[in-house]
Amino acid sequence: MLLAERLRSILRGPRGAPAADEAASKIVDRSPRARFVSRQGTTIETVTRSSRGLEEFFNHIRGQSGLTVLDVGGATQQNVSFITNLGHRLYSEDFLGILNESFGPDSAVDQSNPGRIEYFLRQALDYPEAHFDGVLIWDVLEYLAPALLTAVVERFHKIVRPNSYMLAFFHSDQKTEAVPYYTFRIQQMNLLEVAQQGSRHPTQLFNNRSLEKLFGPFESVKFFLTRERLREVIIKV
Amino acid sequence: MWNKRREEEVPKPYTPPNPGATPAPAAPNPVEAKKEATSVSSTPMGRIDVEARSGSATIGKAVKIVGQIYSKEDLFVDGDLEGTVEALEHKFTIGPNGTVQASVRAREVVAQGTLQGNVEATDKIEIRKDAKLVGDIKTARIIIEDGAYFKGSIDIVKAEPVKAAPKAQASAPAPAPSSPAPAPVEAKR
Repeated sequence: MLLAERLRSILRGPRGAPAADEAASKIVDRSPRARFVSRQGTTIETVTRSSRGLEEFFNHIRGQSGLTVLDVGGATQQNVSFITNLGHRLYSEDFLGILNESFGPDSAVDQSNPGRIEYFLRQALDYPEAHFDGVLIWDVLEYLAPALLTAVVERFHKIVRPNSYMLAFFHSDQKTEAVPYYTFRIQQMNLLEVAQQGSRHPTQLFNNRSLEKLFGPFESVKFFLTRERLREVIIKV
Repeated sequence: MWNKRREEEVPKPYTPPNPGATPAPAAPNPVEAKKEATSVSSTPMGRIDVEARSGSATIGKAVKIVGQIYSKEDLFVDGDLEGTVEALEHKFTIGPNGTVQASVRAREVVAQGTLQGNVEATDKIEIRKDAKLVGDIKTARIIIEDGAYFKGSIDIVKAEPVKAAPKAQASAPAPAPSSPAPAPVEAKR
């Protein structure tokens, strides 16, 4: 008993500082869940969690202002406030909304149709070359079939300035079932509020190898695996 | 003493808010007068409608306008509008039924319906739930409600620092260098 107490005091440090594992648990505890009923009457669950990928993304644009950032997850007050408060210009696109409009909900129409792909790109990513200094892709790429995905990634490569960064999320669960899709709201440089909006069928599964292949033409790809079995990927253009 | 207190407690007779209206004959009983006022009220309107329309020029939902609008008062559009809108010192509201295809310059812009075009608001822009805004925005503050659709770019233009009055400067012990305030963006859930 005494030994355990002594050991605990040693771990706490000389000034009663929390032990390393205590500090770690505090970080883990920063993922409070909240439930609220939307105006449409549906219950939305939000989780606040830390994000290494987001931190890494902002580390690269920290100290600069006047950059042009694209958020393809739709406009949210938090993201607009956060990015514009950093002094950047924000472009907003509702990628999944346009995907639904172009191919039907849950991709009822063939996503490999070249005409449809062209239409989709015109609607969602019709921007000049090297226009953006950063892109928040979030989890939208998971819902694109191979042909559309390749076209979208190529377009990103074109419209994002070299040496800029993009942030994308991929589920790492090896399941073909529907996965939840989220709205990601930036709380801090390394903190995200994640609100589940529904679920969709991912059109393909990704592992590190397939992601490296997908982003082959890019400068580099860096992975962070979260506790929610989500791969956060930082792509350097 | 008791009588005096009773006199104080007697409620004042209700007077209608419209000063131009002919005064109603003096009601012998104040309760009756209140009843009269209630019966005069028109069809109930939604909260937003009342908020937006009070004291502003209104373009109804059955009206379509093509051209340029210069407004020197607040403007509420619930119909169709194509062209340009300038209400530099006033509020421009697009009602829930409104469809505006125009470049807009106003002090404040509130979108409840559909707006396609570039928007410049010196004070703020509000994109309400179910509203759709496609275009580039330049403003000092922006409010986007959940459920709103926005496609375009957002430029936050910082408000120019207001020059302090000379009297206030004199009273200040050490004048601090004026710096522009960080772009205030309101959070709304």
